[in-house]
Amino acid sequence: MATVNTSSFRPGLKIILDGDPCNILESEFMKPGKGQAVVRVKIRNLITGKVNEKTFRSGDSVEAADVFEKDMQYLYSDGSFWHFMDPDSYEQHAADAVAMAGAAPWIKEEDHCSVTLWNGNPLIVTPPNHVTLRVAETDPGVRGDTATGGTKPCTLETGAVVQVPLFIEQGEIIRVDTRTGDYIGRIR
Amino acid sequence: MLEKIRTFFATRDVLEVETPALSIAGSPAPHIESMAVPLADGTRYLHTSPEFPMKRLLASGSGDIYQICRVFRSGELGPRHNPEFTILEWYREGWSDRELLGEVEALVGDALAPHVDLAATDRLTYAEAFRRHAGLDPRHADVDACAAAAGRHDLELPEPVRKDDWLDLLMSTVVAPAFPPDRLTAILEYPASQAALARIRPDADGTPVAARFEVFLGEAELANGFHELTDAAEQRRRFQNELDLRAGSGGRPIPVDERFLAALEAGLPDCAGVALGLDRLVMIAAGETDLARVLAFPWGRA
Repeated sequence: MATVNTSSFRPGLKIILDGDPCNILESEFMKPGKGQAVVRVKIRNLITGKVNEKTFRSGDSVEAADVFEKDMQYLYSDGSFWHFMDPDSYEQHAADAVAMAGAAPWIKEEDHCSVTLWNGNPLIVTPPNHVTLRVAETDPGVRGDTATGGTKPCTLETGAVVQVPLFIEQGEIIRVDTRTGDYIGRIR
Repeated sequence: MLEKIRTFFATRDVLEVETPALSIAGSPAPHIESMAVPLADGTRYLHTSPEFPMKRLLASGSGDIYQICRVFRSGELGPRHNPEFTILEWYREGWSDRELLGEVEALVGDALAPHVDLAATDRLTYAEAFRRHAGLDPRHADVDACAAAAGRHDLELPEPVRKDDWLDLLMSTVVAPAFPPDRLTAILEYPASQAALARIRPDADGTPVAARFEVFLGEAELANGFHELTDAAEQRRRFQNELDLRAGSGGRPIPVDERFLAALEAGLPDCAGVALGLDRLVMIAAGETDLARVLAFPWGRA
């Protein structure tokens, strides 16, 4: 069990708090004159996703979380798990639906994702910020139809539904921002 | 800014002095770590403040003195902390802490003009500041009441926690951040338990408090001043107390400055002294919020 001292706290460091792996978002050293020094941190619980504030005595040690991100290639899904391969070790990892919540709508086989591993198991899978996907199904846009704000829904090859401009037709390739689910542009 | 400060003291007949940065003794203050330098003829400690040698000078008749020097406090690193920093420390014979506070306000106003315009200073006691911003009276509240006040602000500390630990935490996370950012806030009458090297005297309600003040600009602590303790026996007792606290929390023992205690025994004139963080003053004048931005090479790049 590796420990890390408050003097090493910095954004991005992963520690264990109450049994859960957490990511330090911000850390501030505070000391009143000749008094007790503390370190206040803002942390995100990587399991629940909640952000909390916590105060440590300066000089205290906490358990370091065996959490790190690895670029992996998506192989396939068998319905319950999504399987990834570490291109360096050829090891395979299986991510469940919870870990895939942010990535499942956007990835196709052979896409690369950042997989956050905790104690060797996929905790969160993060897709690339932008992906290019084919429009599988959409109604033909009627020029001048601005009642809906000039956009219409379309279903992408992965099953994700995105709002796109009216001129986008079935079969076209578009670029989407996976963080917001927004249409970015059309790929010719 | 150094020029302004030197002129300030020259016109007031305060003599500039230089005292050694290394000593065979250190400061036993429980939350301050002196840096140790192992040498062939024994370990010496880098000073955490020039207080002890400056008081030795006062005891030998130096009169009013000031010093601008680097001091070293291990493990203190953050947006307003660098383990190596510059302190301006000065002593005025025959002055009270309140009179010295007036001089601190004048010096800060002088040094910051024309970069920063300050509104009039807010002066209040430690107790008033806590009543106003943390909802408790530190003179009468017990450990549990302090813990409860901290809890109201979602603050907690791992056991064991002393009352002063809660007060320190509340001060840095709740009370000081509430001070107005456009002016100095002077906090007077610190708790007797946080007196360090200051005299203790009764406040308006008769509660013993320390003749100690701190000056903040917004939430940044700028200066720490005392009506200095001159009683050698009391000072020795406090040192022993601090050493016990250190030992109790697993801290490293520090040799006490016997030469300083000898000077107190020989007789320290009645005086008030104050230490001010010069780098923070420069930071404020430059409009910055991170000390690293005004240090040539902060700790991480030194």
